[in-house]
Amino acid sequence: MGPCEKCKKAQATFHLTNLEQHSIKEERHLCERCAAEEGLLGSEKPVLDLSHLMEQFVSGGKASAAALAGLVCEECGMTYIEFRNQGVLGCPHDYDVFAEPLAKLLESAHDGATHHVGKSPRSLGQSRKPTDELRRLRRLLDEAVTGEDYERAASLRDRIREIESA
Amino acid sequence: MTAPLGDVVRQLGEWLRGSGPQSDVVISTRIRLARNLRGFPFLSRASVEQRAELVQTLATASRRAGDLAKLIHVDVEKLDELDRQLLVERHIISRQHAEANGARAVAFDREESVSLMMNEEDHLRMQVIRSGLQLEEAWELISRVDDSIDQQVEYAYHAQFGYLTACPTNVGTGLRVSVMLHLPALRLTGELEKVAHAAREMKLAVRGLFGEGTEALGDFFQISNQITLGRGELDLIDDFRKDVIPKIIEYELAARRSLIKSRQQAVDDKIWRALGTLRNARLMSSNEAMQCLSYVRLGLHTGRLSAIDLHTVNELFLQSQQAHLQKLQGERLTGEQRSVVRAALFRSRLGHINQN
Ligand SMILES: [Zn+2]
Ligand SMILES: [Zn+2]
Repeated sequence: MGPCEKCKKAQATFHLTNLEQHSIKEERHLCERCAAEEGLLGSEKPVLDLSHLMEQFVSGGKASAAALAGLVCEECGMTYIEFRNQGVLGCPHDYDVFAEPLAKLLESAHDGATHHVGKSPRSLGQSRKPTDELRRLRRLLDEAVTGEDYERAASLRDRIREIESA
Repeated sequence: MTAPLGDVVRQLGEWLRGSGPQSDVVISTRIRLARNLRGFPFLSRASVEQRAELVQTLATASRRAGDLAKLIHVDVEKLDELDRQLLVERHIISRQHAEANGARAVAFDREESVSLMMNEEDHLRMQVIRSGLQLEEAWELISRVDDSIDQQVEYAYHAQFGYLTACPTNVGTGLRVSVMLHLPALRLTGELEKVAHAAREMKLAVRGLFGEGTEALGDFFQISNQITLGRGELDLIDDFRKDVIPKIIEYELAARRSLIKSRQQAVDDKIWRALGTLRNARLMSSNEAMQCLSYVRLGLHTGRLSAIDLHTVNELFLQSQQAHLQKLQGERLTGEQRSVVRAALFRSRLGHINQN
């Protein structure tokens, strides 16, 4: 659909139409940059920007910055500074080595959460009670019946029987 | 063991068959889980030998896991750029996985519903994609895949933080739910940005078609969660299933109805112009193709157009993308050549249909 109508250079990727009461009033064909300049994209920034969080966190506690800078994982050699710059950790052990600064980072990244909720590996044996799964399947079965989705209801019934007889 | 990719070009994965629930608005439902193996560093610190060993260990684990034994294994490191791009277009691997370096592999099923990416950002990224809105079904499947692998390997898991991931933004459940939506009416009525804003307020990410790192492209939107710690998988999936997605579907369908009611000729004009462009253009960029196909799809789902079926639209949607185009053509093409070949593809596939 041709070049951007504003800068006339880049490919127009935003095609906007103002629909008025009686006719299509206005059509605009803009490239991404020009659309952004006109404020048509809104904020494309992801809600969760790790580097931004890191900056916030580090500048928030200048006193402890030196202490943080000294943190290093003896297993993989990752330093806290490196982690801060790259955004990825070096090994599972880093979660313990950097536990304190990470906890704050995770809280702001995950809406205040501090502990995992949900699935865990089979070897740990917890939260794998079939009762939980049965409760879930029965709830879904109710929904399927209410929604008259009988094919799904039948397959859910089979699963429930399977678990009950195991 | 590398499978030939030549024959996948002419097929459609299950997720693009357009057969799932609410497929008039929801293109696909994708759920992925990030996992790492205990006893290995994360990939940024893994040696060449460790990377190779990880692929070996994970491939063996999936071959031993009964229900995963039949997956097709592909050595991504050995693929040329075009084949890697092909897998990205089919959503079998992520762009990041395609563009990374070093030993890495993928295993996927014939339906292209399940894929196990080995050495992506984490040691293992497994994903399930289904057509339409199938959150519970996708979760059941991915959770079973996870259990099967879990029986063969030991995951890196932390009592407080849950499943450990290379990037702390994925730690906890390692779960990412992404729902791909087609929202042409909301864009036409100028309400798309409101929806995107509301989603962001709920700490959900809004992206374009190919996920992380891509901007919103035209009428296709992907909505995914960002929070992975402190909320159970089922609660998170319920947010999408009961709250977020039904609301957006409702808005889009209401916008479609009101457009047809008050602006029928303007909407018909968009739809038929799009079809006319597809049937007649001599040069066609991928963006223009996407936009035209979006209007044609809108035409199908609002009953304004019936001469084409959804299967053909979805097929063209996939085959007009650059790697597919070059594979079908059997040669490498420059951008300009692709525009010519893309236009020819649409003319040959849509030229004969009856106009009504
Ligand atoms: Zn421009
Ligand atoms: Zn470490």
